Amino acid sequence: MKTYNIKLVLLAICTSLLFVQCADDDENGNVLDQDLCSDGIQNGDEEGIDCGGADCVPCDMSVDFTGVFVQEDVMGRPAVNTAFGGTNDVKNSYNIAATSERNDSLTFPLVNFQRAFEETLELYHDVYGDALGVDLDYETNILGLDAPTFTTVLAHFDALQVAPNAPTTYFDGTNVLTGRTLGDDVIDISLTLMFGGTSGTRFDGNNGTPQLTSDGVGVGDRDLTLPFPYMETAISQ
Amino acid sequence: MMKKTKIFAAIGGLSIIALSVFLIAADHIDSPTVAGTKVDIADFYAFEGDNPNSTVFIATLQGPLEPGQVTQNAVFDKDVLVEFKIDNTGDFKEDLVIQAIRRDSVDKQFMYFFGPSDVDVPDTERDGVSGLTSTVNINDGIGRVQISNTEETFTGESGGIKFFAGPRRDYFYFDFNRFNEIASGAAAPEGFFPPASATDFFENLNVLAIVVEVPNSMLGDAPDHIGGAVGITGLPKAYNVWVSTKRKQ
Repeated sequence: MKTYNIKLVLLAICTSLLFVQCADDDENGNVLDQDLCSDGIQNGDEEGIDCGGADCVPCDMSVDFTGVFVQEDVMGRPAVNTAFGGTNDVKNSYNIAATSERNDSLTFPLVNFQRAFEETLELYHDVYGDALGVDLDYETNILGLDAPTFTTVLAHFDALQVAPNAPTTYFDGTNVLTGRTLGDDVIDISLTLMFGGTSGTRFDGNNGTPQLTSDGVGVGDRDLTLPFPYMETAISQ
Repeated sequence: MMKKTKIFAAIGGLSIIALSVFLIAADHIDSPTVAGTKVDIADFYAFEGDNPNSTVFIATLQGPLEPGQVTQNAVFDKDVLVEFKIDNTGDFKEDLVIQAIRRDSVDKQFMYFFGPSDVDVPDTERDGVSGLTSTVNINDGIGRVQISNTEETFTGESGGIKFFAGPRRDYFYFDFNRFNEIASGAAAPEGFFPPASATDFFENLNVLAIVVEVPNSMLGDAPDHIGGAVGITGLPKAYNVWVSTKRKQ
């Protein structure tokens, strides 16, 4: 039978199962019990998370995770509620709604999110129609979605799609709606779907049209090459 | 039922002004009067990690934060449970959740992580409304990490999952001021500015971030892409994911 070096076994256990801060070994390479009591997991002979058993503080004196928590805010795709909600009533109701039940007229008898979103989408077009002196309506967008379908997807299926086995991006020129990276220009992509029409360039600032498909702002000097946690440290003054 | 009563009250029973007190930004670009509550989700990202077999979930909260004192004073609310929700069957009801909540020890702040927890409860056993109410899944602890600050960065790793919580630079970018002029009609017939004259409202601002990187093997198989249901063909299988903040009652 193979015998294992105890130090190596304990080291392997330490790094694979326990929180990474378990570097406090005694001289024999044994992981000190105090570390099990502060790793944020119920392990060893603990009776709760980091409490109870032979070595940790009693559970009735330890971290309290009890309680019932009720949703107050929710987000799937970027800019959905804010851009399409229209009125504050709609926005408020949207945030406390279950993602799968925004189409439920029993839960929300006074608000039809899809219709509210569609009205907002048309309102944006009316504003520009009035200013330009023409009749202006939403045009089926580059994904082939008409106004009712587009707003149904936004209102009743508000989640990010993220693919485990494909490049992940909101849109990178090839892949679409397979994720959302820190660098994706979700504003321009959303504007293109709202105002770009079937070609994607209906209102791109050319030929006398207003620029409504790009806000002119990019990711700037934000670093997109960092390892976990992928985001720069906070900007200081 | 209590919950439905609350919802009806929110819609029909309160004045517009009272309702506006409860306005919470679904994402960044709400008005200044809306932002600022500690349940406020600013943004949500989901993408493949440096390890292609993993998925990264990022929720940002309470943004935007001005650099300096405002950023240093920003804290996660201990009564707010952040929940990443993953639907891997395509019905837009979560099947797995990953939770994060702050708990302090002595003089240090920690973010505790739990999951991915199976919440695929048959509909008949739900409370009638999917996923609006949660308790902490204490049996699925991942670990805890000290909450980072403007000076120090802490990251945690356990069982293949990486996790982080703390202030970071805000990665959202948008000419928010021009959008307001467009939305109100003030800009018409002009639209957004060209790049040379557009301004990023969020440049050099901060936000509180929670970052979790999870092996895809823990998320189950992904369902067919929702795009197929509306005629967008050829898209790869994809989880439907979203994030919610829940307040302790």
